Amino acid sequence: MKTIEGKIVVLGSQGVGKTSMVVRYIGKMFSHHISPTIGASFFTCKINIDDTRVKLQVWDTAGQERFRSMAPMYYRNANAALLVFDITQYHTFTAIKNWVKELQRNVEEPMVLALVGNKTDLVNQRKVTREEAHQYAVNIGGSYFETSALQDEGIEEVFLNSAVGMIKLSEDSQCTSLRVYDSSEAGGTTAILQPPPPLSAAVQLDKGPSPGEQERVLACC
Amino acid sequence: MAVICPHDVVNMASTMKSNEDLDESGENHEGKHPEGNLLHFEPEVAVESMLVPTDSFESFEQEAPAGSASLQPDSNLLKCQNTEENTPDKVARDTDTNVASRSISELSLVSEECIEHQHVEEELSNSKEWRSQEKHIFILSSAGKPIYSRHGSEDKLVTLFGVMQALVSFIGDDGDTIRSIHTQGTSFLFLIKGPIILACVYKSRESVAQITVQLNYVYSQIVSVLTLEQLTRIFEQRRNYDLRRLLAGAERLIDHLLIALETQPALLLGAVQCLPLVSTTRDAITNVIVSSCNKIKKLVFAILVGGNQLVTLIRMKNFFLHPADLHLILNLVNSSESFKAAESWTPICLPKFSSDGFLHAHVSYLAEDCQACLLLLTVDPDLFFPLSEAKQKIVEKLRRASLLQSINAALAHTGTPVSQLGVPEARHFLYKCKATAQFWGPVPAPPYQTTEGAKRLLDQYRVLHHRLHAPAQPLKLLYLQDNAETMLGWVTTGFELYVAFEPLVTKANAIGAVNKIVRWIKKDDNGLFITNAPTF
Repeated sequence: MKTIEGKIVVLGSQGVGKTSMVVRYIGKMFSHHISPTIGASFFTCKINIDDTRVKLQVWDTAGQERFRSMAPMYYRNANAALLVFDITQYHTFTAIKNWVKELQRNVEEPMVLALVGNKTDLVNQRKVTREEAHQYAVNIGGSYFETSALQDEGIEEVFLNSAVGMIKLSEDSQCTSLRVYDSSEAGGTTAILQPPPPLSAAVQLDKGPSPGEQERVLACC
Repeated sequence: MAVICPHDVVNMASTMKSNEDLDESGENHEGKHPEGNLLHFEPEVAVESMLVPTDSFESFEQEAPAGSASLQPDSNLLKCQNTEENTPDKVARDTDTNVASRSISELSLVSEECIEHQHVEEELSNSKEWRSQEKHIFILSSAGKPIYSRHGSEDKLVTLFGVMQALVSFIGDDGDTIRSIHTQGTSFLFLIKGPIILACVYKSRESVAQITVQLNYVYSQIVSVLTLEQLTRIFEQRRNYDLRRLLAGAERLIDHLLIALETQPALLLGAVQCLPLVSTTRDAITNVIVSSCNKIKKLVFAILVGGNQLVTLIRMKNFFLHPADLHLILNLVNSSESFKAAESWTPICLPKFSSDGFLHAHVSYLAEDCQACLLLLTVDPDLFFPLSEAKQKIVEKLRRASLLQSINAALAHTGTPVSQLGVPEARHFLYKCKATAQFWGPVPAPPYQTTEGAKRLLDQYRVLHHRLHAPAQPLKLLYLQDNAETMLGWVTTGFELYVAFEPLVTKANAIGAVNKIVRWIKKDDNGLFITNAPTF
């Protein structure tokens, strides 16, 4: 069974729900009392997709401005980025544009980009339209997702999409930062967080771009 | 008020102007290799500056001599724009500049008027609850921008911050520095640290030296978050920068620190409490950490803490951790729930260790079933994965040796009550071992188990501490009898002891009890204090 090890960095302004999202996905829980992340937190998880196991190293970064200058330490050699904003706060969406510029400037290898609008449970206070966010995601060659960490909606798709993106990256000879190896153990015997869905299903789950746009993800940056 | 305001405006204008052409240094947040004046945290060496508040006050002063100088306005500009000065101010300005703490009647009248005036205008400062707070802490930039207020939103206190800035600038005009204003019942204390002004308005019985130490702690907390280098650079580039942008999320660290200052004796004593453990157990834990980390170069400190107490501390040879830095680390751990969720990789500046750069800390709790927090501090930003592996090894070894259980048992222990010591006259005491900067006290029993009781006890200890360490006349022994309790303080070369007795105790009984306490502490020394200073 083929195993891919990749690094995924979660970026975005403070209070948009980065940690809530990661903890919801990895810890399967939601806490109303999450304190701000200091520096960055590190998580790992595994996703099985068809006959490939993807090991994700997730760096959940702090959104506060004082950690901004530390960010390169966390996104260096990352294979995927989750760019998280709060759909009820327009400025958090604007901030994503700076993150994208910074990544484009500083990360040489191709990268899977996922734009994530969080807090859909507050949809009646929405300030960022789905169309605008989707259009922006297309422009940067990424995919757009909407999630609610509170109600556990859409988060699995985000990680699944990143994992699928990394599998495609691993087939790309340009990409040297992904670790790919054949694992000797039989597939599916160790802890699997995700039931292995068919590849096509994973892409369909994506509410935004078509598989064609998915291709562009891989070519970006 | 009318006298001070013109100064204020001029000062702000001149200070802003004078900083426009300063250099833009590149960003450098690399942890620098530690060097410089480190105070010692090993048993053989006394930690002088932590013991005597005045000493630490002076040492803090020495660290940032730029304070008043950088605030110095263009005096010529000021003189020509400010011709209507009237007499009260002249009197104030002519008073002796060398007195550390002075009461300027004219000035305090002015300030009270100002504050009264604000109270009418401001909704918040007019509120009874806000005004009745025993102690206020304010932080502002030298340009008068609010940074922090202990009670209430600083946005609603903007004019009050303006008054504080005006007072500081007014005295600063003469190249002098305002330290404190004393009125009946309320004192105003100022501490100027480069581009930052810290102020405390308090009605409590604390001394100027004690409050100064507290403000220095708050300042250290800010440096710990930003580094001195970054703090200085920001204000050099933009005098009127709103520091709250960079401190976002760090207010709770300051809140938490201030609560600790108000409720715990540790910071008053400048010492830490250790988790009581049999010395062989503690040594075994230490050895596990050392053996798992000794291949990792550039690891400066490994610190294991639990329940706000130190379990063990291992350091790189020739480097020491100052208790004040350890307090900042404990404060960070205690106020950050997020560390419990996952491994963290966190920049932290330890001001006494090196105020210019960050150390990188691998922070994690040992296990779901053992809530002790391990911090591995390094100067190398690329060391996360080696440290993460080392942590796994440490936990495995501790688990195999049943040491996690030992830690859990010690954490679950509620503490020794004073009744177990066989000294019925004593209600409570604090014993500080000077050489190791550690202290121990029994778990509070009636009448100190309530919040009010605990507060009164700490107040009594503060008074004792202040009198014993008064800069003008330090004492070795002090016996104070009042209605609620009799207090005894004793300072020797090796330890400090503060005891609360029942009010009717006789001197002979008190002395007998003190001797028993000291004998008991010595007998049980190994479990209560860390007496060795392990290195990697």
